[in-house]
Amino acid sequence: MNIETAGLGTLALILAMAAVTLATRWGGVFVMSFIPVGYRVKQFINAMSGSVLVALLAPMAVDGDNGARLALLTTAVVMLLFKKPLPAIAAGILAAALFRQF
Amino acid sequence: MPPSNAELHQLNARLVWAGFKQLVPLSLFVIAFGAAFGLAATQAELSEFSAILMSTLVFAGASQFAALELWGPEVPLFTLLLTVFAINARHLLMGATLYPWLCHLPSARRYGVMLVASDANWAMAIQAFARNQPGLGLLLGGGLALWSFWIFGTWLGIYFGGVIQDPKSLGLDMVMGCFLLAMVVGGEKNLRMLLIWTVAACSSLLAYWYLPENSHVVVGALAGGIVGLVWLEQHHEH
Repeated sequence: MNIETAGLGTLALILAMAAVTLATRWGGVFVMSFIPVGYRVKQFINAMSGSVLVALLAPMAVDGDNGARLALLTTAVVMLLFKKPLPAIAAGILAAALFRQF
Repeated sequence: MPPSNAELHQLNARLVWAGFKQLVPLSLFVIAFGAAFGLAATQAELSEFSAILMSTLVFAGASQFAALELWGPEVPLFTLLLTVFAINARHLLMGATLYPWLCHLPSARRYGVMLVASDANWAMAIQAFARNQPGLGLLLGGGLALWSFWIFGTWLGIYFGGVIQDPKSLGLDMVMGCFLLAMVVGGEKNLRMLLIWTVAACSSLLAYWYLPENSHVVVGALAGGIVGLVWLEQHHEH
């Protein structure tokens, strides 16, 4: 089904997008309210929370250009050494920016 | 002495303000992202009002960029909504991971706080909980910071789009990636976590290559979660 973006069509599309996104923000909490949070559920949730990030990052590192890879590598190293997120992020971005100038 | 578990879900004006301030440094980069979206939206012939409305109501960058790819005189509704859902499905998992703390709040607050849940403030909140610190202030306050800067950035991009000609050459496309990686590296590190992350990364990549588009985050996260379920942590008796 195609929606014309003339007139109110755009507004309808944006509202539909907002509704779907809101459903994702609320859905996880809503479903969990029916599941008793025991030890095993906590372990699953705990493992999943780190995994969300890793799953986001893996394709970025593998599919990205060398600037992207260098940025991630720099962030990881600085973070391991100094354990401070902001310098680590700044160093990563700087590394990508410098790499891409040449 | 670390605060007891009962206090970790506390949410008051002071914590929200502290959370807001903690996300401000990152929010400056969010403005740049928002500006890139504003510029792209004008190029996709979305009106100024529509672009700002989308940033305000949807507030999920990656899915908004994907929507622009589909934009034209006619937009396929089902494809658009499926794309938005697939990209934002990670919010489902994020909400689930926050539930052990959110469940202490009354419903209105519980769902109200989730309105502004996004990658960065969620990651900060989870990190705080892992350190035995209250995290919901980071979620709400940080979310409000990200949200307002995202809208402001969109506006900036619409009217002054030329300011940042090439965000990629400045490394700005890597802000979120570097931020999230810093969160991962700063978290708990042991053999069990390493295995969980490896499985999550490998399954995410396999899904990225062989499964329908945008399914990789959910697949990787669930795979990692299952490993965590199979290899249970040493049960600390209370």
